[in-house]
Amino acid sequence: MSGRWHAGEEAVVVGHSGPKIDGMARITGQALFVDDLRLPRMVHAKFLRSPFPHAWIRSIDLSAALALPGVVGSMVGEEIPRKYGAIPVCQDETALAIGKVRYVGEPVVCIAAEDEETALRACRLVRVEYEPLPTILSIDEALDPARPAIHHDSRKPSNVLRRVSQDYGDVEKGFAEADLIVEESYDYPGSTHVPLESHGALAVWEADGRLKLWTSTQNPHYVHRDIARVLGLEAAQVRLIKPAVGAGYGGKCDPFCTELCASYLAKKLGRPVKIILDREEVFYAHRGRHPVRMWLKMGFRNDGSITAIDFKAQADGGAYSSYGVVTSYYLGVFMTLPYRLQNYRFESQRLYTNKPPCGPKRGHGAIQPRFALELHLEKAAQLLKIPADELRLRNIVAPDTETCNGLKVGSVGMEECIRAVVKSSGYAEKKGKLGPGRGIGIAASAYMCGALHPTYQNELFHSGVMIKVDRSGDVCLFSGTADIGQGSIHMLATLCAERLGLRPEQVRVVEGDTSLTPVDLGSYSSRVTFMAGNACVEAADKVRARLFAAAAKKLKVEDAALQAAEGFIFVKSEPTQKISFVDAVWLAEEAGPLVEAGGYTPPKIGNRFRRQSVGPSPAYSFTAQVAEVEVDEETGIIRVERIWVAHDCGRALNRTIVEGQLEGCVYMGVGEALYEEQAYRKGGILRAPSILEYKIPTLHETPEIHSIIVESHEEGGPFGAKEAGEGPQLSTVPAIAAALQDATGIWLRDPPFTPEKILKALERHRAPLS
Amino acid sequence: MSSESILSLRVNGQPFRRLVPAERSLLDFLREDLGLTGSKHGCDVGDCGACTVLVEGQPRLACITLAVEMEGASITTIEGIGGPEGPHPVQKHFDQQVASQCGYCTPGIVLVLVALLRDDPQPSESRIREVLGSNICRCTGYTKILAAARAAVGAA
Repeated sequence: MSGRWHAGEEAVVVGHSGPKIDGMARITGQALFVDDLRLPRMVHAKFLRSPFPHAWIRSIDLSAALALPGVVGSMVGEEIPRKYGAIPVCQDETALAIGKVRYVGEPVVCIAAEDEETALRACRLVRVEYEPLPTILSIDEALDPARPAIHHDSRKPSNVLRRVSQDYGDVEKGFAEADLIVEESYDYPGSTHVPLESHGALAVWEADGRLKLWTSTQNPHYVHRDIARVLGLEAAQVRLIKPAVGAGYGGKCDPFCTELCASYLAKKLGRPVKIILDREEVFYAHRGRHPVRMWLKMGFRNDGSITAIDFKAQADGGAYSSYGVVTSYYLGVFMTLPYRLQNYRFESQRLYTNKPPCGPKRGHGAIQPRFALELHLEKAAQLLKIPADELRLRNIVAPDTETCNGLKVGSVGMEECIRAVVKSSGYAEKKGKLGPGRGIGIAASAYMCGALHPTYQNELFHSGVMIKVDRSGDVCLFSGTADIGQGSIHMLATLCAERLGLRPEQVRVVEGDTSLTPVDLGSYSSRVTFMAGNACVEAADKVRARLFAAAAKKLKVEDAALQAAEGFIFVKSEPTQKISFVDAVWLAEEAGPLVEAGGYTPPKIGNRFRRQSVGPSPAYSFTAQVAEVEVDEETGIIRVERIWVAHDCGRALNRTIVEGQLEGCVYMGVGEALYEEQAYRKGGILRAPSILEYKIPTLHETPEIHSIIVESHEEGGPFGAKEAGEGPQLSTVPAIAAALQDATGIWLRDPPFTPEKILKALERHRAPLS
Repeated sequence: MSSESILSLRVNGQPFRRLVPAERSLLDFLREDLGLTGSKHGCDVGDCGACTVLVEGQPRLACITLAVEMEGASITTIEGIGGPEGPHPVQKHFDQQVASQCGYCTPGIVLVLVALLRDDPQPSESRIREVLGSNICRCTGYTKILAAARAAVGAA
């Protein structure tokens, strides 16, 4: 293993492959998810949801429901009047609808009963009188000023939540210098996460007057803060615990009605309350990918260099803001990577419609524009007669540069990624030569490693880690992070073990408990390895320093002469001179309890552009992908046969886990490219609110995935690491679109590429020019 | 009010006798009545496979099976095929290949593979793929699951 780390020493644990310390718990069914927990006297609550996309609530009659034997209590919207939301500047949602419903499926009443079935039956006995309102279901309708504002009660009622407009360099001059201008429109569909575990919460008020809340969340800290605020509690009165989480992919970032209503009802009823959403409710809880209508214009010189980009995006956001303000920035910010660009203009709008709220989904806000940009490059490459891989290679940003919109880029493994996928796939030999119905395509992308700014303004650390070691030899690491399957528990154990000379499985990790663990901002924007990893290394280094000081005294050498590995602390030049880890802890405890903490605060990277506070990251990851497809021109059925994905994740802390992230990203991208769409019927009813109808790929639709890890060294990353959990999804859909074009000659700019769309496009393509 | 009946069956080798309501699913019976929470609710309509258990050694979707249908049956859940101390070879290879990310689908998929390898210790690649097509995993892209399945072939 070629290891490189900040101390200039070979890494022993970092960079290895293989099992996660928490793997067996999941594989044997012992990991406890929120629905696996139960408490004495616990009751179950269910929601009655709106059948209307937009309507006044005129009355609610609970009498028949409350008379049902087994019903314990109920609540309506007015009982929690404060608005909640992920982003403090645009909180616009209430736990249950108050006075008005804004999407089909919005929770209106919550009823608790001795069992779930009784709660459900009681919900059906509630009588709600609605007065329907005109609905806004499309981008055009949202932009029509004649339509009513969905949030009529906001300060400036409008169906435009946010408009962002940014302009860097001189776009017109850039276009004037271009030899080729390519201009196209794109439509990217909405899609949803479908974590196999639904959202759920269990709340209990304890004898000390405090609330304990277990919830399936990605963001314990933000949810903790917001739940407390909305319920009118001090945050210190609330202990939020994240048990094992059955994945999120962005879908469990927001606070939810489950947490608010379980907490409120538990107080009101004096009994623990559990709420678990059913599968259909998860589809309506949504917070998934925004459908985005895009227009893109790019200028190129004959040598392939990009002279300017002008980009417009309109995002159909659904009825509430969720992370929509962030989305409106992410739609434009990352267009300046990974290609050199001096002149860039973008305008985005995030709109309200009468549909379930959109929010962050893996590759948040960056997936849609990346699709447009990369397919645009494919078109330009063909017009310029430059191979598509070569066109990209000619434009890659240099390491340690700043983009025109102020993103400060450190390590860049883009070229290695492109060369790796081209070589391993045989792209150059196959492009245009695979024969009828078969094609190959390439795309590349860049993504962030955490946001420089938290969602609420503060100058504090973004990630804290505490490590407690004692004379028993037990090493316990406390972190506010949320492992949602991506492997952050193992990541922390790996870094800690590396610095203390242990194996990862010797480190116990306690995470995601707002009372026990130091603050971490959560599992979003691909921040955890970079930020929590750095905090972990700092904490472990403090423990290490104390162990080394004690060992040095015992071994009568300088601290600097020591090394830790395999459970011993030894003299580097004379490894037989050693003491065991446990003996070193014993000696170190003479100076007091061995508890140390580390924190990560992003560097104050001044951005020249004040308006650019959403998007900048301490580091950026890079990905290239090649997709090979087969299209049946009779049926329109497309099959992705193989995908080669190369990703620059900085240093791979565990290679198997990194590969798993690449594979998961590609898989999710294939779903979005070919099958998945969060589509609505007239009246705002979901077309496919079940796993059967919402077509997610099974093994049979999943291509062979060849993962290639490209390692760069990111100065600011823990052992040089960056991210792997989201970035690799960005280039999947455009690579497939380019492969489809290579196979058939058709340009499809509106995923998913269904047989219907492919057949229609083939007809148009074959039709003689009239 | 629903009718109830007495159900006698074996779960993970242990005999149980319980009074169950007619409409209670096998999944709820295992989770709520016996505390065997390793089998998961994913969709409750038989679409995802997270609830898979073995009935007489064959995979069965516990969410769409009534508990009362199981009179006299022998059922194996994830708790019955090996723990961290003595994992089944399928589990061992799932661990080594990191074929489980969030782990929510894992018990069901492990059981499907355990049943396959019990019936056919040397299944072909296409047989493995056919069998795994019944379960949804949203995290892994199935790549590591297939790798674990291949590694477990012959080891079971």
